[in-house]
Amino acid sequence: MLDKLNQIEKEALESLQSVADAAALEAWRVANLGRSSPLMSVFSGLGKLSKEEKPVVGQAANQVKVKLEAEFESQAQAVKSAALAKSLAEEKLDVTLPGRAKFVGRLHPSTQQLRRVLSILAEMGFQVYTSREVETDEYNFQLLNFPPDHPARDMQDTFFIKTDVETDNPLLMRTHTSPGQIHAMRQFVATNPSDPPPIRIALPGMCFRYEQITARSEVQFNQVEGLAVGKNITFADLKGTIADFVRRMFGEGARLRFRASYFPFTEPSAEVDVECFVCGGKGCAVCKNSGWLEILGCGMVHPNVLTAGGYDPKIYSGFAWGMGPERQLMLRNKINDIRYFWGNDARFLEQF
Amino acid sequence: MKIPISWLKDFIDLDGLSVEDIARKLTLAGMEVDEILYVGLPMPIYKDGEKHEFKTNGIGWDREKIVVAEVREVKPHPNADKLTLLDLYDGEKDQVVLTGAPNIFHLKGAGKLDQPLKVAYAKEGATLYDGHADGQVLMTLKRAKIRGVDSYSMVCSEKELGITEESDGIILLDDDAPTGMPLADYMGDAVLDISILPNMGRVANVVGVARELAALLGRELKAQSPEAAAQPATLNLQPVNELVEIEITNPELNPRFTFGLIRDVEIKASPYEIQRRLKLAGMRPISNIVDATNYAMLELGQPLHAFDYDVLSARAGGKKIKITTRAAKDGEKISTLDGAERTLTASNVLVGDAQGALALAGVMGGLESEVTDQTKNILLEGAAWNFINVRKTARQHNLPSEASFRFSRGVHPALADQGVKLGLRYIAEWANGKIAAGFVDEYPLKPKDAVVRISTRDVKRSLGIDLTLEQISEALARLEFKCEIVEDELQVTAPNHRLDIGEGVVGVADVLEEIARSYGYDNIPTSSLADALPPQLGNPVHEWEEHLRDLLVALGFQEIVSYRMTSVEKESRVVRCDDYVQLANPIAPEKSVLRRSLAASVLDALEKNVRNGESFSFFEIGPVFVPRKNELPDEPRKLALVMSGLREATAWDAKDSAQLDFFDMKGRLELLLSGLRLTNISYAASDSSHYLHPGKCAEIKIGEKIIGAFGELHPLVKEKYELSEAPVLAAEFDLATLRALNPTYGITPVSEFPPVYEDIAVVVDETVPAEKVEALIRQTGGRSVANVRLFDLYRDEKIGAGKKSLAYNLTYQAEKTLTDSDAAAIRNKIVKRLEKELGAKLRS
Ligand SMILES: [Zn+2]
Repeated sequence: MLDKLNQIEKEALESLQSVADAAALEAWRVANLGRSSPLMSVFSGLGKLSKEEKPVVGQAANQVKVKLEAEFESQAQAVKSAALAKSLAEEKLDVTLPGRAKFVGRLHPSTQQLRRVLSILAEMGFQVYTSREVETDEYNFQLLNFPPDHPARDMQDTFFIKTDVETDNPLLMRTHTSPGQIHAMRQFVATNPSDPPPIRIALPGMCFRYEQITARSEVQFNQVEGLAVGKNITFADLKGTIADFVRRMFGEGARLRFRASYFPFTEPSAEVDVECFVCGGKGCAVCKNSGWLEILGCGMVHPNVLTAGGYDPKIYSGFAWGMGPERQLMLRNKINDIRYFWGNDARFLEQF
Repeated sequence: MKIPISWLKDFIDLDGLSVEDIARKLTLAGMEVDEILYVGLPMPIYKDGEKHEFKTNGIGWDREKIVVAEVREVKPHPNADKLTLLDLYDGEKDQVVLTGAPNIFHLKGAGKLDQPLKVAYAKEGATLYDGHADGQVLMTLKRAKIRGVDSYSMVCSEKELGITEESDGIILLDDDAPTGMPLADYMGDAVLDISILPNMGRVANVVGVARELAALLGRELKAQSPEAAAQPATLNLQPVNELVEIEITNPELNPRFTFGLIRDVEIKASPYEIQRRLKLAGMRPISNIVDATNYAMLELGQPLHAFDYDVLSARAGGKKIKITTRAAKDGEKISTLDGAERTLTASNVLVGDAQGALALAGVMGGLESEVTDQTKNILLEGAAWNFINVRKTARQHNLPSEASFRFSRGVHPALADQGVKLGLRYIAEWANGKIAAGFVDEYPLKPKDAVVRISTRDVKRSLGIDLTLEQISEALARLEFKCEIVEDELQVTAPNHRLDIGEGVVGVADVLEEIARSYGYDNIPTSSLADALPPQLGNPVHEWEEHLRDLLVALGFQEIVSYRMTSVEKESRVVRCDDYVQLANPIAPEKSVLRRSLAASVLDALEKNVRNGESFSFFEIGPVFVPRKNELPDEPRKLALVMSGLREATAWDAKDSAQLDFFDMKGRLELLLSGLRLTNISYAASDSSHYLHPGKCAEIKIGEKIIGAFGELHPLVKEKYELSEAPVLAAEFDLATLRALNPTYGITPVSEFPPVYEDIAVVVDETVPAEKVEALIRQTGGRSVANVRLFDLYRDEKIGAGKKSLAYNLTYQAEKTLTDSDAAAIRNKIVKRLEKELGAKLRS
């Protein structure tokens, strides 16, 4: 009987050698450890053995069983590792195939830029104030110190609205967001006419100029203005505030310069140039080889404008500055055609 | 305004300053130099990494290789009829130079010239512009044989030296040009192209710029009083006052009018140096008389006009000439110098005599009395005009001129006589004229001197700097303001070339600007706002709109921004509106009105893109414009959405995707509204949006309020667009309506107990809306039913005609672990209710 067990063990282990996959493994298990396997029939035949033989054979059969089970486990592991190694070797993707796309939404680049600008201004205490796009001549020009027929109006060619009656206060498409300065000042004055509160607002919005639509000029564009009015505001504050803004907007090292300029609604007025961030000031096509980029206009609020807003220029002073988000984007992203902005071509918009 | 540096140097010493130094000073003080054009002076050489400051163009002339030379004889070329050989002396050696210049061809074979011709001579190796190339192409002069004659150098044209872009013939310099001198030393130049700000008309001339530069540099403005420098009048001539008188009918429009007379002029070309400067300044030399008026204007800023005295005298029948300035009569005609006949209106001002109009005041002279080759005697006008009137007239007749450019920015009347005297001096010099004694000067409206009082406190309060009255006075005196300390203030009087200084608080601001410019913006320190911070109120409307944008982007919509301006035709594809806000001066017919429909905007965008991709989802937020008769329009803000194309992006192994349809749009809108935290939403079939398919359109209600509509584009509307076959879904909302709704911010707690999921399918009549079935399930299940989701809609013969099967995925939930029997109880309750109220049958 013991010989038979030895034989069973020997044959089982031999056949296990050639087991190479999960199916063969299972077949081996059934054949060698299953209910009707020779080993099991030894166990089931134990009852027929003598009292002396029984423990000896039983123990020996058990040893064979343990041995076969252990070998089976180790062969199972080997088969599994071989199968894994094989599949790892075989399942190789061409990782250069394109990924699967997904349709996603995006903000218009102008909205993205407006948000950048407005979030910096918000941190500086300038809160968003919006006003209408169709305005009167009074709000767009006269109250902002553009007298009728003044040469300064040449700077802002205007779309007028058709009306039945001739008037010296025609309706027009606002040429800048500055009418909002008057709306805001008057609104703030109304809250406390005897001692109007200080103002710090940001005025974003669409503006319109009568221009031919070309790569360089458009009939509509966004503008953001900042306005600060108070009893204690100076040109030095204007310079400091703009320096802070420019640092946040264009980076720590952005050099800037203030050039004397003219706007009817500010005096003194200045234009601010920032060192060309494309070429670092060495001169390139973007800065027309000048090394500088004109990025905003600013100045101390003109006394006539303060008066129009209800703030006494003898007590109050203020500053304002304005800039164009589309122009900033054009400089920043090397966009050479302003018509992209309202062209609504997804192939442009998807790049932001 | 183009200003040659050489001309500036007539009025200010610029030693020790580079061209760029000068340009920088001017730029920072409000006279922005757009470009520097080098015409002979050495161009700056930038080392690697060095910073540029200005847009720069032009050419520097090599001092060794380009010199003044004299031509002694013009000889024929042995082998070419059209070429000549010049005997030339360059200051060191005799040279033979080949040229084809037409302007000396007539001297060919004339033998030795009595008076040698002075020319610009370039030697071998000199760099010049190629005179024969189109545009400006640099070339280096090389030795060559031309028709058998050795050629190694040349006499230059203006094009070759970069003085003009085109030229005909070689430059013939003035006779006093020193032979052998490097040309760069003789007439090397650089031109500053300066933008003139609307309030700085005073610098639209050489003296004006020199004066500002003198103030900025602390150098002296070389006094060039035209009075002092004027040629003495020839006393034996009849004084002009006896020959001409002036009548000004409206001093507001014509504050001053002056005349000088010069006789026996010899009309010819101006000296070369004058022509060169005029060309660099952008004006075309005509004749010595016209050039003298232009030159004096460019130099001093006072536009002048030269009349042929004899024409005026003839018109007056030989009697005393009477010139009248007056408003034109409506319909009155004048032929202007440019040859055009112009019909005037009563708002135009003209200079006339008894016979009629002679000149359009401040804008352009008349043809009849213009200076011609035959002119002998010249009446020179210098006048002051109302700047607004000149600006309007120049626009009305589309006649921008150098004169109207200056007058429309304001020319101080004090300049009128100075200008005439300067002009007379130049005519005397260049045309050998004899200046008549006397001067005609009508000056009925002298501008008031602008006087402003300013204190150190004003300076501190506005500019943030501490200056003493003496320092303020010094800064202003440099700009020729008269300053006088009165008590603790400075009384400042503006100089008489300035019209831009006001009175009172405005005057103070005007003077503060001058102090800041003189002090230098760069020298003003920077500080942080110390003023009280206003209450921070935010802008809830703006913030809400930005939140809405974020939701839409998260739902896969691309934001677009369209033109506010559109055309009725374009919009009529979508909406039919009776009236629009119309532009009085549209830029183009397709941009003639302000939009009334944002749906039209997004549909236009879809049409534009449809060939360039497989799926588009766009949204736009912005105003539409609702007209109100002769009043400001309403500008309600809207949201419009459009979707069309594939539901999913295709890929190389996933080529098929369904088309977006009604329920894709509906699903997005459901998510949008839940993102806005709106509840109590219902959808109802609607045919009220005419541009949408009547059977595939729904209104959205919150409670009883309709907040918007969406659906598939009406086939007839779609026909009007160039779109693909795919359905087009559109939606439009009024933002004020959306924003006015009451959102809820509570949440449904998430249970810790496991939910039980169960599917049920019921068969109902086709006419029963799905919404009703779901509502009844929710109502019946109450809090036990956490979610109801339709997962299948099914129709077939087995179910029967006019029936449909709705299969729902139910989520049961309670604050305990639900048993099977608990679930069964809920289900039975629901099924019973559906059977009873909707005649539904449970499918198994
Ligand atoms: Zn650059």
